[in-house]
Amino acid sequence: MALARPKEDALAARLGRLAPQATTGWLAGAQRAAEARLLAMGLPTRRDEYWRYTDPASLVAPDAPAAALLDAGDEAPVFGAIERLRIVFVDGVFDAAASDDLTLSGVEIDRLAEVGGRTAHWAAESYGRLEAQGQLPVARPFAALASARAGDGLLIRVTGQAARPVALHYLRRSETAEATLHHCIRLEPGARLTLLESGPAAARLTQAMEVEVGPGAAFHHVRVQGRDHARRAATHIFATLGAGAIFKSFTLTANGRLTRNEAVVTLAGPGASAHLAGAAVGDGDFHHDDTVFVTHAAPGCESRQVYKKVLMNGATGVFQGKILVRPGAQKTDGYQISQSLLLDEASQFLAKPELEIYADDVKCSHGSTSGAIDATALFYLQSRGVPRAAAQALLVLAFLAETIEEISDAALAEDIRSRLEGWLSRHAAAGAA
Amino acid sequence: MLEIENLHVKLEDEDKVILHGVDLAVGAGEVHAIMGPNGSGKSTLGYVLAGREGYAVTAGSARLDGADLLAMAPEMRATAGLFLAFQYPVEIPGVGNMTFLRTAVNAQRKARGEAELSAAEFLKAVREKAKALKIDAEMLKRPVNVGFSGGEKKRNEILQMAMLEPRMCILDETDSGLDVDAMKLVAEGVNALRDAGRSFLVITHYQRLLDHIRPDVVHIMAAGQIVRSGGPELALEVEANGYAGILAEVR
Repeated sequence: MALARPKEDALAARLGRLAPQATTGWLAGAQRAAEARLLAMGLPTRRDEYWRYTDPASLVAPDAPAAALLDAGDEAPVFGAIERLRIVFVDGVFDAAASDDLTLSGVEIDRLAEVGGRTAHWAAESYGRLEAQGQLPVARPFAALASARAGDGLLIRVTGQAARPVALHYLRRSETAEATLHHCIRLEPGARLTLLESGPAAARLTQAMEVEVGPGAAFHHVRVQGRDHARRAATHIFATLGAGAIFKSFTLTANGRLTRNEAVVTLAGPGASAHLAGAAVGDGDFHHDDTVFVTHAAPGCESRQVYKKVLMNGATGVFQGKILVRPGAQKTDGYQISQSLLLDEASQFLAKPELEIYADDVKCSHGSTSGAIDATALFYLQSRGVPRAAAQALLVLAFLAETIEEISDAALAEDIRSRLEGWLSRHAAAGAA
Repeated sequence: MLEIENLHVKLEDEDKVILHGVDLAVGAGEVHAIMGPNGSGKSTLGYVLAGREGYAVTAGSARLDGADLLAMAPEMRATAGLFLAFQYPVEIPGVGNMTFLRTAVNAQRKARGEAELSAAEFLKAVREKAKALKIDAEMLKRPVNVGFSGGEKKRNEILQMAMLEPRMCILDETDSGLDVDAMKLVAEGVNALRDAGRSFLVITHYQRLLDHIRPDVVHIMAAGQIVRSGGPELALEVEANGYAGILAEVR
């Protein structure tokens, strides 16, 4: 179906500013196919069902709206205390000088821009595959855009137990830079990897990450998005899990003018387990959207979605989460919770939880709530001598605790907790009303 | 220690007056009991002294060692030495009891310009005091008051009091919902804290708590005022005859 003229023009303008497609090697074909998908669906408008709560205009605009660089003050660097393989991108481009050597026992890491021109690579059959599958039943145009025009990215194949976590640090130097990234990750049967991501990447980030978790493999993902107030991001994680595989992903979002984090996870092998969690804290001009689609396609799988948002001074939170249980996926255990803590009446939370079940022996539950801070608990803490702002921070952390509990590694969980404490102390005055 | 003069309090959002001029003075080291029928304003007095929102003081004053309590934020009142043991201790899911206790102790120390307790110092103190109140390690680890029985919640209040070492303790119906054994345990916890520099205001419906925590002075409160004060024998009179006799006499 041909696109309506305005949509076609908008897409052409957006693509016109991006790096051209690869012209040689296996990547050229994969990117051509992705661009064909993108051209068929076009970029979204507010009229699209899954963009009703989040205005995509600033993601569609040809140029990234400028975003001031953040002065992080004396905050400790994210994951700074974690022993890790450090890989740095600056304004969306791999920085070899700032990165560790990309050799790690049990892991092969290639840079997309370097190996895309080869005739053969393991990623040739993977690149864009899960993203293409994830376009149904809901179109995800910015994911197709990331596949079609990725300026950089990594191809990570894990064959054993990764000796250390692999950490991708997305730094920013320019107020107007655009970053378009695509990563492919494959965990062979029984392999294990912890992937860390931190930073804003650019004034506007468009990213897709495809993760194949083989039978019995385990993938742990912890992400901290940049604190820059005006940055924008549309990120996507596509994952498929083999029998008995484990997938755990946690995201902390503090600040950001617009963040849309999509996750599309398919439990394809029996006995697989997928946990997705997000903690978002926003003050003022903050819009954060989690759009999640979990498909149970095999029997005996377990999934959890735990998303919590703390919103103040007119901040907006969105949650669109779905659990789809396909025919035959008996003994499914699906859980979804989305909650917001609204610290004032100007902030809002919009939630669209969905369940679609085609098997009869399943356990699925979902819940969504919005609430204010518990005034009685606040007074109780104050009556014991805890200052109001500190009492509020304690209650906010308690509210978010269930998301942090989804991080298996204690040191990583502590890193996240201290980052939240820092954010809350910086924003205490604003939220104390 | 505590001086309340002509205290008038109404609900902030309604034209409902609850305290109609309360006068009360509790000296250092004294134990005072306030008894009275339901709705007489006893709990409101405790809340207003501790600084709970929702009340408006329309006249009168309340001072702790001469300092104007009513001008202070609730946390400052606590730091100044006031403690309210809640009738209904609040459950706080997600906040561990230990974290809560340590945060409170150190917040007060910090506000008073004292050094914060180290983790080891704190642990030693809390274990000692918890043991006396038969509070086990499991209860200390759980979220504040979540899943606690009525008796456990009240013992947890006394543990907080023991850790914070306030000088003016208000116990709001600490006996409610307790069986005799639990009440004895709580009373022992309170009695262990009695000393010349610490005062208590014990709010209760029934005389039985006062068998265990012996008051120096008993006040009867009705319709937002203290209508009679006397020695411990006043509590026995209430126990024998109910409030009706005393109230009729006052009128």
